[in-house]
Amino acid sequence: MTTAASIRRRRSARRIVRDVAPKVLVYLLLLPLTFFIIMPFAWMVGSSFKPIGSGIKFPPQFIPNPIVFTNYPLVFKTIPFLMYTRNSLIVTLTVIVGEVLSASVVGYSFARLRFPGRDFMFVVLLATMMIPYPVTMVPTFIVFKILRWVDTYLPLTIPAFFAPPFAVFLLRQFFLTVNRELDDAAKVDGCNELRILFQILMPLSKPALTTVAIFSFTANWNDFLGPLIYLSSARMYTLALGINYLRSFRGGGDLAPQMAAAVMFSLPCIVLFFLGQKYFVQGIVTTGLKG
Amino acid sequence: MARSGTLAGPRRRNGMGLARREAMMGLLLVSPWLLGFLIFTLGPMVASLWFSFCEYKVIQPPRWIGLGNYQRMFTDDLFYKSLSVTTRYTLVSVPLGILAALAVAVLLNQNVPGARVIRTIFYLPSVVSGVAVALVFSWIFNYRFGILNYVIGLFGIRGPDWLGRPQWALWAFILMSLWGIGGNMIILLAALQGVPVSLHEAAEIDGANSFVRFWTITMPMISPALLLVTIMSIIGSWQVFTSAYIMTGGGPAYATLFYLLYLYRNAFSWFEMGYASAMAWVLFVIILVCTLLTLRGSQSLVHYEGA
Repeated sequence: MTTAASIRRRRSARRIVRDVAPKVLVYLLLLPLTFFIIMPFAWMVGSSFKPIGSGIKFPPQFIPNPIVFTNYPLVFKTIPFLMYTRNSLIVTLTVIVGEVLSASVVGYSFARLRFPGRDFMFVVLLATMMIPYPVTMVPTFIVFKILRWVDTYLPLTIPAFFAPPFAVFLLRQFFLTVNRELDDAAKVDGCNELRILFQILMPLSKPALTTVAIFSFTANWNDFLGPLIYLSSARMYTLALGINYLRSFRGGGDLAPQMAAAVMFSLPCIVLFFLGQKYFVQGIVTTGLKG
Repeated sequence: MARSGTLAGPRRRNGMGLARREAMMGLLLVSPWLLGFLIFTLGPMVASLWFSFCEYKVIQPPRWIGLGNYQRMFTDDLFYKSLSVTTRYTLVSVPLGILAALAVAVLLNQNVPGARVIRTIFYLPSVVSGVAVALVFSWIFNYRFGILNYVIGLFGIRGPDWLGRPQWALWAFILMSLWGIGGNMIILLAALQGVPVSLHEAAEIDGANSFVRFWTITMPMISPALLLVTIMSIIGSWQVFTSAYIMTGGGPAYATLFYLLYLYRNAFSWFEMGYASAMAWVLFVIILVCTLLTLRGSQSLVHYEGA
């Protein structure tokens, strides 16, 4: 005998199967992939707490046993980690300032002002985003060598003050979404363009400016090829070069201290990412660049 | 009459003056980029074109040798090797990476609880690119003590000597590239989220099942994003450097001699600036051709809303 309650129960059971089964399937597919992504991170962090010599142990352990904290001090003893960090910060922060300032000015001009050749120039700017760095690497190096800028931070920082296309594009797109009436009103009040930009548009564009700054930070913090080409003396090294240098040391060449250095090196980017996640996503989606 | 004339006169002049002033201001404000473009992009490109026809070893001034550098490529085994390594890497890692990114994006678009967390995890590798990743993966791929071969071993398969065998080394790099699909995945996910629900609902009423809907609605709607991701991935795959420099140095037996690594060696280890410039131009042409071919080949496949 089928009562109304049992029919209802059977229906709801069917609904559960219909609604829940696909979700379970999604999880079943996603979880192994997520594990594949997490594993190297977990392994990096775990290994940084392993005793020296555990890099050549079988089977490899995920969870260190015993847990040791000596690898972190060992990194500081083996390489001048703080000095490299300071160098990286000098380069990265200078680049951020240069990029945000110059790209704001240029982005404003593209978004708000009419001048001959504007649209053509903007197309050229978009095209240059496609030109790979290696294409201009050799002659740019020669120019900097002639200027005697090699082994200084100038080759790594000065170009940022000339409005890198990625940042210009991102800011221009954002400025276009800001209501024009505000700057028209300011213009009537006698504000000039730079005041409109710095006092009206930029305060309204904090999300876009943050996106530019965050992308610029991770790109320059992680940059390896640039410092490798331009920095020759060890005291000038950025952290990216410095932790690679760690491999050539006895003791430092072991798994555990290398991983400790890798953890400390990637930590600022990871923290920044968690703090500014929405800006990252916004930046990627607007420009199609992946950081 | 006369009064209106005098009124219109200055007014028009003033109007033209404003437009002129705006144009001057526009050019002035755009000049940082324009200068940068001339100094750091166009100038170097022209210079490198000139260098590419010269023998230039930095200590002596460039000496014109015509097509010498380009002819040399035809007889340079390592140049061929670097071309073939990078081409094979591109042909495998780009399609695989995009398929994987699309699959994950589709899965994450199903609105399962926790999708945001998983999305974050997938993007994380893009934030820590470079040296740290290369260091971690050199250990992960270790033949005897690496975690990868240990996991493979759990399934009863003996893992290969990933970075020590010419036939496996490139696969290690391809596997590593799959680890970094998060950036592409986020672009595709954003595109998927932009597909109007109404289209799906209408098709569902017409009796289209989810596979049909995916091919006839979702794919055309996200095709511009797919195209973008494809082009950016191709460009990126021709610029692999840091991982190869740190993990293998191009070995074993040049099996991971990526194009940029060989270019770098020519320029900065052997100071063959002329030859390196020629290689840079060949790289530029390769990327240009790849991009144009992708654009051409996708013309009938990509759907632009409202176009």
